[in-house]
Amino acid sequence: MATSHWTLPLFSTRFVHVWRRNLLVWRKLAIPSMLGNLADPLLYMFGLGYGLGRMLDDVGGMSYLGFLAAGIVCSSTMMSASFEAMYSGFSRMHVQKTWDAILNAPLTLDDVVLGEMVWAASKSFLSGCAVLIVAAALGLVPSPLALAVIPLVFLIGLAFAGLGLIMTALSPSYDFFMYYFTLCVTPMMLLCGVFFPLDQLPAAAQAFAQLLPLTHAVSLARPLVAGVVPSAWPLHIAVLAAYAVVSFYIALALTRRRLLQ
Amino acid sequence: MNVATPLAAAGLRKSYGTHEVVCGLDFELRPGECFGLLGPNGAGKTTTLRLCLGLTEPDAGTITTLGLPIPQEARSARSHIGVVPQFDNLDPDFTVRENLQIFGRYFDIPEQEVRARIPDLLDFAGLASRAEVRIQTLSGGMKRRLTLARALINDPELIFLDEPTTGLDPQARHVIWERLRRLQKQGKTLLLTTHFMEEAERLCNRVAIMDAGKIIAEGTPPALITQHIEPQVVEVFGESATEWAESFGRNHAERCEGTGETIFCYIHDPAPLIADLDRRGDLRYLHRRANLEDVFLKLTGRELRD
Repeated sequence: MATSHWTLPLFSTRFVHVWRRNLLVWRKLAIPSMLGNLADPLLYMFGLGYGLGRMLDDVGGMSYLGFLAAGIVCSSTMMSASFEAMYSGFSRMHVQKTWDAILNAPLTLDDVVLGEMVWAASKSFLSGCAVLIVAAALGLVPSPLALAVIPLVFLIGLAFAGLGLIMTALSPSYDFFMYYFTLCVTPMMLLCGVFFPLDQLPAAAQAFAQLLPLTHAVSLARPLVAGVVPSAWPLHIAVLAAYAVVSFYIALALTRRRLLQ
Repeated sequence: MNVATPLAAAGLRKSYGTHEVVCGLDFELRPGECFGLLGPNGAGKTTTLRLCLGLTEPDAGTITTLGLPIPQEARSARSHIGVVPQFDNLDPDFTVRENLQIFGRYFDIPEQEVRARIPDLLDFAGLASRAEVRIQTLSGGMKRRLTLARALINDPELIFLDEPTTGLDPQARHVIWERLRRLQKQGKTLLLTTHFMEEAERLCNRVAIMDAGKIIAEGTPPALITQHIEPQVVEVFGESATEWAESFGRNHAERCEGTGETIFCYIHDPAPLIADLDRRGDLRYLHRRANLEDVFLKLTGRELRD
């Protein structure tokens, strides 16, 4: 890969136009899109929460439904950001050539990739917050400390949007994204404490899970939902922020290689 | 270089791997002209446009677009350039009007101003009655016209057109040509790539013929025809055309070229050929003046480029 692909990004405020373009498309389909985004996490939450929750007294000091709600806030944010950055991003980049059109205007690829990343995070923000609102409506959110989950959801969205954009930059077709889901997203769903506490896993798996962004997302969201300040919160935030920044940089370099030949 | 030169490229080179696509290109556009970059597929035309827009970096050489060095100042330069890409990339999620509106935003043009420009652009594109229609319902010609209108949203001084009429039917093509002439009358400078010689001959003040990354001829279309080729052409068709060329054509025409059952005879005085063909009566023929396509085929050869 040429060194010029790794030049540090140079942004302009015009990235906002990319974000607004996507917002306008989304607004046309907002209602079905929101319902679709919410249905999946809620099915998990209620299906597992009520079904499995009846068999358990409490998990990690809270009702299983409450325990699960915090995990689902994180996983649905991950899912939504990943889908948007990969499937929708790929459509715009490769199928519709929307990015090519934008690059003929005074925007750079740096603006486009940033706009896409912030957009995917914004969309996932709605999904994550919607789950949080449902949890609050069910009385599963006892403390105003849970408000801190709102900015956290956006950060989680940025981290997974960046990872998704790396896949988009590498992808020859839509089928490619299945690998990422099978090899990365699904394992994270199972290993990162969404459905059960991490300490149920063997030590090696626990150590491995510490490398994954979703673990740190859950480690922050779960105590906050329960009304407790998370231990080691600066570390968890730093890991998520690092995932967001580094993945953006890699995604940008790979996209430059792909499009600016 | 004159300050008013809209675009100047010097010593431009670009390789992909070991394949050099642009090999030492020099050209300059004059204000208000339509300049054609002609060449077979793979000649490096699109890469040249991408280099001039700052979308890819040259390995060597300099580009100055509207007085700005490219790629360093490409973003500022693109504010004053309109681009009609080879393949339509209109936004399928939007209506005709929205496509123009959203594109205007990318240039930081105030929303109010974009809205004020849209009616004129819709008129120009002949799409005034379809402003609220979705892109999918437009014909190929309408999409092209909208793409052209979209390229004008920033009132550019310089317009790049990458094969603007490829894939259009003759009616749609003529409309695009007429619009491009209108733009030229308004004083816009056009850089056009095409492999339709008729298009280049009709529209371009000057053309450069590219092959394998180099400019192999440059000038006004009539000058290129005079310079490179005999003024008259007799095309001869039929089973015995080759045999006729061997026995008669070759001895009388300056040059004879054949593809299959067609012979092209290039000649100053076609009268003897025509007399012989009329006498024989078994071969069909077409007598015409030499055109840019003849020059193009002479310079770039008749082999397929795919």
